[in-house]
Amino acid sequence: MSSITDPPQGSFRLSMLINDTRYRSLTFQAIAALILALSIWYLGNNLIQNLRQAGLNISYNFLGNPAGYDINQTLVEYTSRSTHAQAALVGILNTLLIAFLACVMATIFGVAAGVLRLSNNWLVSKLMGVYVEIFRNIPVLIWIIIIFTIMTAVMPAPRAFRGDEPEATMLLNAFAFTNRGIYVPAPIWGPGSLVVVLTFLASIVGIFAYRRYATKTLYATGRLLPTFWPSIGLFFVPTILMHFIMGQPISLDHPVLGGFNFSGGLQLGAPLIALWFALSIYTGAFIAENVRAGIQAVSKGQSEAAGALGLRSGRIMSLVVLPQALRVIIPPLISQYLNITKNSSLAIAVGYADVTATLGGITLNQTGRAIECVLLLMLFYLTISLTISGVMNVYNNSVKLKER
Amino acid sequence: MKKTAFYGALTVAGFAASMASAATLDDVKERGVLNCGVSTGLVGFASPNANGVWEGFDVGVCRAVAAAVLGDAEAVEFVPLTTKTRFTALSAGEVDMLSRNTTWTFSRDVDLKLEFTGINYYDGQGFMVPRDLGVSSAKELDGATVCIQTGTTTELNLADYFRSNNISYEPVPIETNAEAQQQYLAGACDVYTTDASALAATRASFEAPGDHIVLPEIVSKEPLGPLVRHGDSDWGDVVRWTLNALIAAEELGVTSANIEELAAAPTGNPEVNRLLGTEGELGAMLGLDANWAVMAISAGGNYAELFEKNIGENTPIGLARGLNAQWTDGGLLYSPPFR
Repeated sequence: MSSITDPPQGSFRLSMLINDTRYRSLTFQAIAALILALSIWYLGNNLIQNLRQAGLNISYNFLGNPAGYDINQTLVEYTSRSTHAQAALVGILNTLLIAFLACVMATIFGVAAGVLRLSNNWLVSKLMGVYVEIFRNIPVLIWIIIIFTIMTAVMPAPRAFRGDEPEATMLLNAFAFTNRGIYVPAPIWGPGSLVVVLTFLASIVGIFAYRRYATKTLYATGRLLPTFWPSIGLFFVPTILMHFIMGQPISLDHPVLGGFNFSGGLQLGAPLIALWFALSIYTGAFIAENVRAGIQAVSKGQSEAAGALGLRSGRIMSLVVLPQALRVIIPPLISQYLNITKNSSLAIAVGYADVTATLGGITLNQTGRAIECVLLLMLFYLTISLTISGVMNVYNNSVKLKER
Repeated sequence: MKKTAFYGALTVAGFAASMASAATLDDVKERGVLNCGVSTGLVGFASPNANGVWEGFDVGVCRAVAAAVLGDAEAVEFVPLTTKTRFTALSAGEVDMLSRNTTWTFSRDVDLKLEFTGINYYDGQGFMVPRDLGVSSAKELDGATVCIQTGTTTELNLADYFRSNNISYEPVPIETNAEAQQQYLAGACDVYTTDASALAATRASFEAPGDHIVLPEIVSKEPLGPLVRHGDSDWGDVVRWTLNALIAAEELGVTSANIEELAAAPTGNPEVNRLLGTEGELGAMLGLDANWAVMAISAGGNYAELFEKNIGENTPIGLARGLNAQWTDGGLLYSPPFR
């Protein structure tokens, strides 16, 4: 019986590829794919042939040769005798450092500005509006250069700290603000400091455990335990106690003016600060808009209902509004983080040694291996962007609406 | 969209590579204008004057080549290039030649496939510091912050010099001479290092040049000269012999003042006659007019005139001839014979 409704099982004819709607679209897609593959092959082949004609070959052997140049900010061991590969690694770490710092700072700026822009205080909300409109409508490269120029022009040179009556003095004898960067005291890890560090880590675990316990108590008994002051206490008290019990193993290395520059302590270079600040404040303006949009996307009825249940405004924000707003905020936040990472390649404008400056700048220049270096750079940025996006998507999945 | 961009990149790369092998001399003649890569602004060597007209020692070489090929010293399109972009621009055919205080090195010549057509300035790397720093030798620079133009031989020499003298420093990489000048004057670096000639030129443009000194150490050899792409020897010959003509003109006493008289009729000196085209076929061998060298020398004068007018002792830059004197005066300038 069923054979009546079956389509006619005619033999397949070649003309059906064009005439039969079942195959037609497949045919055209196959043709398009073929043309695309052929053109890529043709262009690639053309490139290789022309390179060969010009006597150039693709080779990554240069990565093993000594780089020959120095880098001012290195997170790993590096001298001018190290290889180009090592120089690239130094650049990669510097890129990751600035990207991480700027993402954290931009999020802080963005959330603060986004929430404040919705404030009932007219002045505060208008000020935040001005911040957002000014900072996101001027290119980030210009911000980087402006901030760097202001730093070098306004802050005193290390030379100004010299003499009996210096033009500039150090803050608390520990912090020096110069036009080459900010010098802060660095910790010196004496014997026994490991115990202090472990105590500190343990107290952080303790804070989380206590907070979890407080939530559990709240749900089980309805009793509200204080969390703020105990957390602060747990954060500081055990570590400081342990520090004195172990006989003060951690001391501070203060920066001192010696020779041309300050020595000792930790140096945060002017390029790092300028780039960090510019990227954060620029991207922060975009994040502020995302946050505002997210909060406004939560219907007013939600907070009114929460208010009717007797929740205070702080708890309404943290328990009702923000968890729902995050669903709207996070997807655009991912692309802002990607933007920060990619915009960090503007570092060369202020002489910050990121991967574009080392591998894509000096190495490329000194070896002349442009194609190889650019391919490596593309690979690096692609990998890092996809990783960030992957991690953020995992987080997004954890906060998005759970459908049951 | 991504595919399109990829296509575009490949096409550009393909075109660039195929253009490189074309005959540059014919291209320049057909275009009627010479594309010459110069520095982004170094007083005395290449910088636009108050009227926006490029002038300087390196610019003079461009004009001489344009005059020799096209008969017009003004038919030059100047393309300002940073240290980072210069070689790519030349390899990609964006400029026909580079006259941009560029050091002749083995790897640039052999590995980057460039052709240096001679040396128009024998230079060496020096250091400039503010006078009130009280430094008298580069060896006292331990711990100093050094501004340096990135993508240059200076960057590598600097690392080698400080390493071999076992002193430390902090490099501040910078793109252009103008930025370096700004950083140095703001005190963001203690020392500015580059070729000694460029230091003199930079210092001359300061408000108070006397407050800054150039240290006596010269830490490297920096033979600067014009260069062209590898693989077009005919064009390389044109640039090489135009430069040689300027140098030979000084040696033979041919100046922009007496050249018309000397070129009007054969003189008693056969080499002058061959150079100026009143005897022999040298111009035709290059594929140029017989009076090519006359045009080149008339453009801005011979080597000595170019030197004195732009960077010599009577200019604010005030460079002595030193190594850049004729071999007959104890210098290194030595043009092969015109025959």
